[in-house]
Amino acid sequence: MNTIILASLVIAAIGLLGAVLLVVASKVFAVTEDERAKAVELVLPGANCGSCGYAGCAAYAKAVVEGAPVNQCIAGGAAAADKIARIMGVEAGTATEYKAMVACRGDLSHTKKRYEYHGIPTCAACNVLYNGDSSCPFGCLGFGDCTKACKFGAIEIVDGIAHVDPEKCTGCGACKAACPKRIIFLYAYKEEPKPIVMCSNHKKAVDTRRECTAGCIGCGKCVRNCPVEAISIHDNVARVDYDKCISCRKCVTNCPMNCITIPEKWSVRETG
Amino acid sequence: MAAKLAAIFFSMILVNNYVLVKFLGICPFLGVSKQLNSAVGMSVAVTVVMALATAVTWPLQQLLVRFDLTYLQTIAFILVIAVLVQLLELFLKKFIPPLYVALGVYLPLITTNCAVLGVTILNIDEGYSYIESLVCAVGAGLGFLLAMVIFAGVRSRVEAANPPKCMEGLPITLISAAITALSFTGFGGIVENIFGV
Repeated sequence: MNTIILASLVIAAIGLLGAVLLVVASKVFAVTEDERAKAVELVLPGANCGSCGYAGCAAYAKAVVEGAPVNQCIAGGAAAADKIARIMGVEAGTATEYKAMVACRGDLSHTKKRYEYHGIPTCAACNVLYNGDSSCPFGCLGFGDCTKACKFGAIEIVDGIAHVDPEKCTGCGACKAACPKRIIFLYAYKEEPKPIVMCSNHKKAVDTRRECTAGCIGCGKCVRNCPVEAISIHDNVARVDYDKCISCRKCVTNCPMNCITIPEKWSVRETG
Repeated sequence: MAAKLAAIFFSMILVNNYVLVKFLGICPFLGVSKQLNSAVGMSVAVTVVMALATAVTWPLQQLLVRFDLTYLQTIAFILVIAVLVQLLELFLKKFIPPLYVALGVYLPLITTNCAVLGVTILNIDEGYSYIESLVCAVGAGLGFLLAMVIFAGVRSRVEAANPPKCMEGLPITLISAAITALSFTGFGGIVENIFGV
């Protein structure tokens, strides 16, 4: 019986000693935390994508408490800005919603492989070898560097090119940074849907045709059909001026290559 | 004396490496070795806890022996380690917040890290003196650091190597850990012969 009491007493004594030590230490090493920072961090998506310009969600939450604007979280969008504004007791302002778009339609049925690539299966590695294995040196390589970069599972490789699911995409731009071809753009959401040129091949028509059967050949039909002169050809690819565009869809219906499209739900303002 | 301390120190790092030879502390070894930075941070934290824990548990063991309470060794040691880890956590939160965030859940998990408890108990079992115990603890911590750094490198290579689908993730990590551990058996007996102990 004595043994049990003695053992309990010894352990309790050690525990008490440790407890006292920890209480003292927690006073000495106390960190003053604004509890609003914790609350803000909880309503952020938590992906630490960095598109707000801070090191991560926690860093942004801290900055918000210290006076940064509440609508910088692109991934969280208007919903997050709203919640943060409520926590901070300020006006939300307008948070622009962005969606990523891959400006390429050159899937396996439209392009060919120039060589058999057996190296490290990333776009970046393949791109180093003669601009990649695709017949189009501008187009999507389909190894999914963007898929790996996406923290929201919004990008899928279908038929050798990347497709963004606008429902899942938060517009954080991680894919844009990961793409070695620089063909992923962020489009800002606007009321009026605007057309997107789904090609990045800057070569002349004959070369583009040889490389991809879905590419923009710079024929200028969209330019001629545009009633407000919003479209111009730059380096053999059509470019839309979204300030002038009135969303009449004439370019979409007249494009002989079907490479100008308007996404069902998401529209366009600026390219990256 | 110096030769014996050196022998203990280097054998803890290479021959008796806690992670790769004795297979203690595998949890942080697999959990935090994805990035070199947090691997180094974790190892330094473990080294500090090991040294502190040994510094406290060795005298504690003498007390336990005197009062004939050696059967309380395990629970008393765990209690001491838990307190030390909490202390370290408070310290890191105050002075090195990025490391505190990077270590995340693995920091409180040092409490139950068998390598830390292992080093304190094995020091007693080996019959080391106080100085020898401390040298052994620091050596064990540095051995942990070495294993973590090597394995962080191995993992980054493995990730780029595109293993078969069924092997992706933990399976290939365990296999590469096994091969890394195998390579450390090559150090067997070397340190004792160098220092003539």
